[in-house]
Amino acid sequence: MRVTFTVNGRRQEADDVWEGESLLYVLRERMGLPGSKNACEQGECGSCTVRLDGVPVCSCLVAAGQVEGREVVTVEGLADFAKQRAEGGGCASGVCGTSVAEAQQWQARPAGSQAGEQAELSPIQQAFIDAGAVQCGFCTPGLLVAADELLERNGSPSDADIREALSGNLCRCTGYEKILDAVRLAAARGDSHTAGQGA
Amino acid sequence: MAGVTRTPTSLVQGGKTRAGIGESTLRPDGTLKVTGEFAYSSDMWHEDMLWGFTLRSTTAHAEIRSIDTAEALATPGVYAVLTYDDLPTDVKNYGLEIQDTPVLAHGKVRHHGEPVALVAADHPETARRAAAKIKIEYCELPVVTDEASATAEGAPLVHENRTDHHAGHVPHPNIVHRQPIIRGNADEAAKKADVIVSGEYVFGMQDQAFLGPESGLAVPGEDGGVDLYVATQWLHSDLRQIAPVLGLPEEKVRMTLSGVGGAFGGREDLSMQIHACLLALRTGKPVKIVYNRFESFFGHVHRHPARLWYEHGATKDGKLTHMKCRIVLDGGAYASASPAVVGNASSLSVGPYVVDDVDIEAIALYSNNPPCGAMRGFGAVQACFAYEAQMDKLAAKLGLDPVEFRQRNAMEQGTLLPTGQQVDSPAPVAELLRRVKAMPLPPEQQWLSAGEGADVRALPGGLSNTTHGEGVVRGVGYAVGIKNVGFSEGFDDYSTARVRMEVIGGEPVATVHTAMAEVGQGGITVHAQIARTELGVQQVSIQPADTQVGSAGSTSASRQTYVTGGAVKHTCEAVREKVLATGRAKFGTYHPAWATAELLLEGGKVTTDGGEVLADIADVLEDEAIDLELEWRHRPTEAFDLRTGQGNGHVQYSFAAHRAVVEVDTELGLVKVIELACAQDVGKALNPLSVVGQIQGGTTQGLGVAVMEEIIVDPKTAKVRNPSFTDYLIPTILDTPTIPVDVLELADEHAPYGLRGIGEAPTLSSTPAVLAAIRNATGLELNKTPVRPEHLTGT
Repeated sequence: MRVTFTVNGRRQEADDVWEGESLLYVLRERMGLPGSKNACEQGECGSCTVRLDGVPVCSCLVAAGQVEGREVVTVEGLADFAKQRAEGGGCASGVCGTSVAEAQQWQARPAGSQAGEQAELSPIQQAFIDAGAVQCGFCTPGLLVAADELLERNGSPSDADIREALSGNLCRCTGYEKILDAVRLAAARGDSHTAGQGA
Repeated sequence: MAGVTRTPTSLVQGGKTRAGIGESTLRPDGTLKVTGEFAYSSDMWHEDMLWGFTLRSTTAHAEIRSIDTAEALATPGVYAVLTYDDLPTDVKNYGLEIQDTPVLAHGKVRHHGEPVALVAADHPETARRAAAKIKIEYCELPVVTDEASATAEGAPLVHENRTDHHAGHVPHPNIVHRQPIIRGNADEAAKKADVIVSGEYVFGMQDQAFLGPESGLAVPGEDGGVDLYVATQWLHSDLRQIAPVLGLPEEKVRMTLSGVGGAFGGREDLSMQIHACLLALRTGKPVKIVYNRFESFFGHVHRHPARLWYEHGATKDGKLTHMKCRIVLDGGAYASASPAVVGNASSLSVGPYVVDDVDIEAIALYSNNPPCGAMRGFGAVQACFAYEAQMDKLAAKLGLDPVEFRQRNAMEQGTLLPTGQQVDSPAPVAELLRRVKAMPLPPEQQWLSAGEGADVRALPGGLSNTTHGEGVVRGVGYAVGIKNVGFSEGFDDYSTARVRMEVIGGEPVATVHTAMAEVGQGGITVHAQIARTELGVQQVSIQPADTQVGSAGSTSASRQTYVTGGAVKHTCEAVREKVLATGRAKFGTYHPAWATAELLLEGGKVTTDGGEVLADIADVLEDEAIDLELEWRHRPTEAFDLRTGQGNGHVQYSFAAHRAVVEVDTELGLVKVIELACAQDVGKALNPLSVVGQIQGGTTQGLGVAVMEEIIVDPKTAKVRNPSFTDYLIPTILDTPTIPVDVLELADEHAPYGLRGIGEAPTLSSTPAVLAAIRNATGLELNKTPVRPEHLTGT
């Protein structure tokens, strides 16, 4: 079958999709977006987390056909997604989430350099690097998508809030302490950013 | 390579800070990892590639009467189906130390999940479905699953006609290796004891549960060779095992490390490497194999489950008199790293304590259980769990504080190990215990929030809302451990580094090329830091690890910063000498300091140790590139005597201590670990941020064993019952407490920069500290990992 949906702001089409294929498989193997990871393929580890019409889901548990006509954001599009959210006023109240309409208006920018340090990152991506929250990095894409969604809902989460929001994402390397540090850091930087604007 | 669209890239790191050793320099691969662009082994992709699938045995021990592949081969989209009969050479087995593991089963399977056949097809699901059409006729054989059944009279032999180098000294063919250690006279010393305690301890089978599944891509070359992109811990060890099976010279098997999604010992043995190469060479097409999580549980070895019997004695004033122990590790169906695990378990079975009279025996079994081998802590973990329980029992019996009792018996520099080897670097065991005890305790009843009732998220049971504090009891426990660093027992443990220095765009730039497997630990960050420190450059390029450069040895045994870090340092020093020699030849006549002063490379310049600038490195080198590849090895070790266990077998030691604070819902048997504080001596923290990350990660794997992790193998059938993350639980962020870390830096003068290998030690003491805390809270004996609710409620 043919499946057409929007990924990171671009309309994408996949042909000859077998009915049993997951969204994760189509992203990784048919669309050249391997950032969403395949750690368990049974919905337990969260490494494949993407936003589907704004909602974080395990893409391994979503049949590709279910995504027809819908909006997907993966870790590859997270920096642009966060940037446009910030430019659009963000979510000061901490309760708004991302509406389907907002998600649909959003467009990806041309891919930046892959050489590393020049790439433009979202606040949560930068915080993961700065806090030492990345070791092997296999859990990182899913955690970033989940943590970004948490901060969109709640700009100053408590530790208990962070733990609850990220409890569906397994990490085997870090013991989670640096991941908590990263989310706290991104939240703190978000606060000072907002304060700087006088908002 | 043409056609491969996703392959590892070199990583360039510059920046404005010096970012030398001792600084918390950020990872050079960090940006690629947070943007999703980092190419892990499961992300490899090639035009026109096929998907490989492995058919595995559904039973643990059986004769294979027949295999019929006709229907599978006739499936549209299938390109090849391979069995044992298709192996191209006489080399049909592989293995780290003993080549006892069949590439594909021959006439017999010895454990549940053993590879029997391979399929290559144009879609992974086609390959899976075709494999399901392969008809295998099994004739079941009786299984051996523990010491009693493996050594019973008439027990079926897991391997008949053994010829390996351990076969001659083991008491039974179902014992892989046996290492006794006798020092002093334990029976005689026991007479001096005022108290004697003994116990039997059971350690469950742990899985490494690295998140990136076994995977890779094999691309057939035009020269008849193969290019293999794979996640592993040691490229050259893989190569040595792969090439003979393929019938290729090693130079025609070109291996490149792809992104590795964690390892923890589980990638020391081969998994899909040979299988993908066989399919690629047979079909003439690139073949990708990616295990799913179910298959991953069968695709790598696990941590040895163990039974341990210990007896300790002590005098009234709290001094240990003697120790006797017997450690039985279950190695499962194939040897893997079992012999070395036996060596570690026996030689470190006393722990970080002074005991002069010991009688020790450790063995590893062959059984029909899943093969067990390397995992973080490697034999020292199981022993630590048992001896630390014994320390608490002794302290209780003597009426002494458990930390005080440990400190009275703590090893220090100069202490002899049971092997007779002297510990010849700082061993701050008592100090680590003092530090971890001195940390402030977390506040009581943290679930109480002002006026709003209980926050159940802070309670055992969490959002299951099982208690609001009723029946909840707090406990505190301590443990400390000793782990050897590097490969022991006479192994030639070396590494190789190639370093190039040249001027690009007017700036001196260093390129570091090693075969070290970066598995997440941050070795590449440290290599760049070392190059900056030694060569005074800012810009460092880290080449992808491959087999075009000499072996780096394994990313295991906490050894890579020591050994490959040592090789990078050594090669940088040699490059520096060449730069200085070039400088002397060009500019020596202009300034006497070229001949007389100690010279450094600093900030892109040649300077004296007094800071006087003599020349720009760019002017010294001009168009010349200095390029060296050198080996470096640590001090040699020797084998343990097979009868007495005596010998200078180890290189270095790593010490960590933990304090665990737990809260237990005694009615439901639910445990919440509130805090797991750690103090560790790291010698020198080359990258403090990474050091703390390693300690916290290792601590959490120990926590997992304490309260949740175990691969359950049916004792009747030897089949694995829980091969999934639904049924094999690893700690989530909700299960993991805060982990305050106190890092001590007492230099080991034998090691580069005085550093110690650090990755494993925190995995040792974390588990017994949690067990001690639960015992402290409940008063129960608890001699088994993991602690399950029924152990606490007695139901």
